[in-house]
Amino acid sequence: MKLSRKWLSEFTDIKATDKEYADAMTLSGSKVEGVEVLGAEISNVVVGRVLTIERHSDSDHLWICTVDVGRENPIQIVTGAQNVKVGDLVPVALHGSTLPGGIKIKKGNLRGVKSEGMLCSLKELGLDLHDFPYAAEDGIFILQEDCKPGDDIKGVIGFDDSVVEFEITNNRPDCFSIIGLARESAVTFGTELKLKAPEVKGSGGDIMDYIDIEIEDSKLCPRYTARVVKNIKIEPSPKWMRQRLRASGIRPINNIVDITNYVMLEYGQPMHAFDYSCVEGKKIVVRTARAGETLETLDGNFRKLSTDMLLIADAYRPIGVAGVMGGGNSEITDKTTTIVFESANFNGVSVRKTATALGMRTDASGRFEKGLDPMGTLPAVQRACELVEMLGAGEVVDGVVDVVAADIETVTLPLEKDKINTLLGTDISGQFMVKVLTDLGFTVENGIVTVPSWRPDIEHYSDIAEEVARFYGYNVIEPTVFRGAAVEGGLTAQQAAVRSLGELCRGIGFTEILTYSFIGDSDYDKLHISPDSPLRKSLKILNPLGDDTSLMRTTGLPSMLEVLGRNSSYRNREVRLYELAKVYIPIDGAILPDERTRLVLGAYGENEDFFSLKGCLEAILKSQRITEPEFTAKSDNPSFHPGRCAEITFGGKVLGIMGQVHPKVQESYGIDMPVYAAELDLDIILESRPPEATYKPLSRYPSVYRDLAIVCDADTTVAAIGKVIKLAGGALLKEVKLFDIYTGSPIPEGKKSAAFSLEFCSEEQSLTDVDVAPLMERILELLEKELGAQIR
Amino acid sequence: MRKLLGEIKASSLSAIEEAADPGALEAVRVAYLGKKGSLTSVLKQMGKLSAEERPVIGQLANEVRSAIEDAIAEKASQLSEALLELKLKSEKLDVTIPGKPVNTGKKHPMSIVLDEVVDIFTGMGYSVAEGPEVEFADYNFTKLNTSAGHPAREWQDTFYFTEDSSVLLRTQTSPVQIRVMETQRPPIRVISPGRVYRKDEVDATHSPMFHQVEGLVVDKGITMGDLKGTLNTLVKRLYGPDAQTRFRPHHFPFTEPSCEVDFQCFECRGQGCRVCKGEGWIEILGAGMVHPKVLEGCGIDTDVYSGFAFGVGLERLTMRRFNISDMRLLFENDMRFLGQF
Repeated sequence: MKLSRKWLSEFTDIKATDKEYADAMTLSGSKVEGVEVLGAEISNVVVGRVLTIERHSDSDHLWICTVDVGRENPIQIVTGAQNVKVGDLVPVALHGSTLPGGIKIKKGNLRGVKSEGMLCSLKELGLDLHDFPYAAEDGIFILQEDCKPGDDIKGVIGFDDSVVEFEITNNRPDCFSIIGLARESAVTFGTELKLKAPEVKGSGGDIMDYIDIEIEDSKLCPRYTARVVKNIKIEPSPKWMRQRLRASGIRPINNIVDITNYVMLEYGQPMHAFDYSCVEGKKIVVRTARAGETLETLDGNFRKLSTDMLLIADAYRPIGVAGVMGGGNSEITDKTTTIVFESANFNGVSVRKTATALGMRTDASGRFEKGLDPMGTLPAVQRACELVEMLGAGEVVDGVVDVVAADIETVTLPLEKDKINTLLGTDISGQFMVKVLTDLGFTVENGIVTVPSWRPDIEHYSDIAEEVARFYGYNVIEPTVFRGAAVEGGLTAQQAAVRSLGELCRGIGFTEILTYSFIGDSDYDKLHISPDSPLRKSLKILNPLGDDTSLMRTTGLPSMLEVLGRNSSYRNREVRLYELAKVYIPIDGAILPDERTRLVLGAYGENEDFFSLKGCLEAILKSQRITEPEFTAKSDNPSFHPGRCAEITFGGKVLGIMGQVHPKVQESYGIDMPVYAAELDLDIILESRPPEATYKPLSRYPSVYRDLAIVCDADTTVAAIGKVIKLAGGALLKEVKLFDIYTGSPIPEGKKSAAFSLEFCSEEQSLTDVDVAPLMERILELLEKELGAQIR
Repeated sequence: MRKLLGEIKASSLSAIEEAADPGALEAVRVAYLGKKGSLTSVLKQMGKLSAEERPVIGQLANEVRSAIEDAIAEKASQLSEALLELKLKSEKLDVTIPGKPVNTGKKHPMSIVLDEVVDIFTGMGYSVAEGPEVEFADYNFTKLNTSAGHPAREWQDTFYFTEDSSVLLRTQTSPVQIRVMETQRPPIRVISPGRVYRKDEVDATHSPMFHQVEGLVVDKGITMGDLKGTLNTLVKRLYGPDAQTRFRPHHFPFTEPSCEVDFQCFECRGQGCRVCKGEGWIEILGAGMVHPKVLEGCGIDTDVYSGFAFGVGLERLTMRRFNISDMRLLFENDMRFLGQF
């Protein structure tokens, strides 16, 4: 909402500078977004009177003028304009002046003749014909204002004003008006608010002879007020009105349209004027649209209306969309002689829905949406008629049609001083509270507060507390530390574990990423996920920004691969990333999905391979006390290399999947080297964690180490060999470590050699060869029996 | 013989002195003290001496031997010292050569700031509550005093999963307040960080998904002064003890009174500059006293209890903290960006 300080000063007299004004208003709850000083770019431009004009001897289009600019001697200016006459008052940009657009004017020579400035056009002053309809569109702006040579042009053209732009919150529709803001300003600065009820003289006649109003739906239209004006003279509105409209960001059109806009700004009540000759049947009906009805609105568009839209109709047809825009069929034109002023109260939600559906948000609909004061319709229509008489724009027919279709309730509340102070943590006097409320237009009698009709937001003592606090000063309230019952706070064990997991990931080289939770179907395609995969069963956003952000992801891999792809395209050569990614798994029979957190790892680069990633995963799981997870080959996951993918399980629960990303998938993300990735379910990891270890005494006896190299079938897994060794080794065998795998000569085709280091230790005695040799034998025997392996 | 011993001593000591390396020194030792060494051969002739002379010469010979041995030992240690010194010299490194890389990863800047905020509040006895992102409209709006016709509920502003607008992506972390108040009785002291969603196209300052941290305190006699004290602590912990705050009245459906909190621009100290767009203050969060309707809706007796709530945009905090000008960088995850923090 833009507020002209000049307009404001008509209602309350505030001496503060723009900055002081803006700061104080912001702190009392009317947030100032900015202040525009009108004509800030114009300086050193004055009114001049043309004294003489003669032709430039060296040009067929230039003129040499002498101009009185209020100084002792006139100055000489060369102009190319053809519309200047002796005696004209014109804007003169003097030497060293500035104009909008950063233009600077200096004296100089034009074809050998000295010119000490420039005569200005409308455009050069940042104006157009809407501001000064009498001026020439091209050519010098010949002033018809009350001014004299030497006057600062800014005062003459209404640029001696500042416009303050406010951010108005949804709960304060009353502040979308000059009067509303004036009221806030007056209470903020402790100045008097000067309000005057409009006075309409009238010109006889009776409105009942002109129009009848009928409201069909009182819920959507609680009140409709109208007056009729005859003998309309359409002409430009006066300068002061045009300037105020312009300062408020509204383009002046003609006196009648300008009056409706002026009243809307001043009172916050949107108005509309219908051409009476187009209202057929002398009747206005406020009703919802009938099936199939259409209307050409003022902007020239044909609108299809739906049956939930509220219309203004005459006896036969729609003539406006209620609260949004009038119809072209009843528009004010130069030929209009009689008008109907509409000042109505419409249901905000209904207006918003209609405006949204028609794709036309207007100044009027924006105000109605917020819910307007039903008591505001009458003063507004009166003010419009007062302005008509003031401007001589027509003759107001006596009488008002004012249909109040719904009950208008008055809200009253007790003034609970102690409760308010307890809530705020203050000790504000009852007297102060009463003064603030009274100044804001509330009445307080016998401890009962009556809320003014324009404040629908006030319905509870806490609302009153805010009113009091705003003017007491939020920043005056003492900051305190609360005492309360003791509470245990802090992170839960799980939350702490997630943090430490992140630390470990970073410690082993992975950088954290953060990605969107929604993906698209094409992401599943890129991952080669089959059409019938349960992963495709994702929650679908019905109104997404686009198809690529329409599904709530069921896996964190697409986001990870996309980020890896992006980094690859940025030529980042070595990349290790992790994400604690939310996924959303739909559950049959439940409305909300299961929201789980996944730990997703992804890497590419020279030093990456399957086992480097596996080592990282082992370290991560070990940090959660999961020491011996099982990695089982998985060849049927379409996103991974069929020979380089493993499912990770622990205690019978699937923790996740890891491996080399399928080369085709890798290619679809535009990455030119192998990519390794893993996705683990964090919630399952945290649930599966074995309990914290307790101390076991260290063995006092040294360990004995033996190496064991065997030859077995190439397909035999190391995990299978390890299992057999451990089984045969018994309790004394503490650890089995693979240290070499070899294929090729002299190992026969189809075979491989595997070498392990075995650690034996006893808690009761020092082991010798006598103790260990039979164990080694047993191990070899079982290896041969179970796996056909031979010692090498 | 006495003379001979004297000569042996002198010549051996000079030979020891001259030995240039452990090999030469060993040769000297063999030449004098070895089985066939000159001192050994002298000693072998001791038998020829008279009984009176024998102990005298014997003592002398022993003195010579130990003198030679000491000299050899000393020389040996000198030589090995010198050798070590030489070796160490030859092992000299260019210490400016970079270390063997141990690549460590980085925390996302949003997590850095989030953890900091969480630590500030857990340190004050708050716990961390989490709630679903796919949420009922009832929790996201209705129970937060945002009525059925409220513009925030429009399909152009909020993502929906059902035609009847009953299930949505939460637009704020505030529904967690409701979930906490429905399941816990006061005293309540929680923060709830999380992802929230609004239907905004991506640009430098908007993203359809962003993060908030919500705070909620409900207890006996909680006042607006307590809210101010708490938020002052937050701002000072985040931006240093000199950070100044300013509280402005504002409007949120689920708090009353409501406020927005600004902190004084660190660049211009409130004078107004480019960073704060001339205002001198930078908006940081929204807050207020929990609306009594909201408390009552959760079955909390407003005659006994009151509370405050606040919500901070994590992107805004992070961008401010690290001087990041474009929100898209936070979700692009370019290593060259992430590596900076």
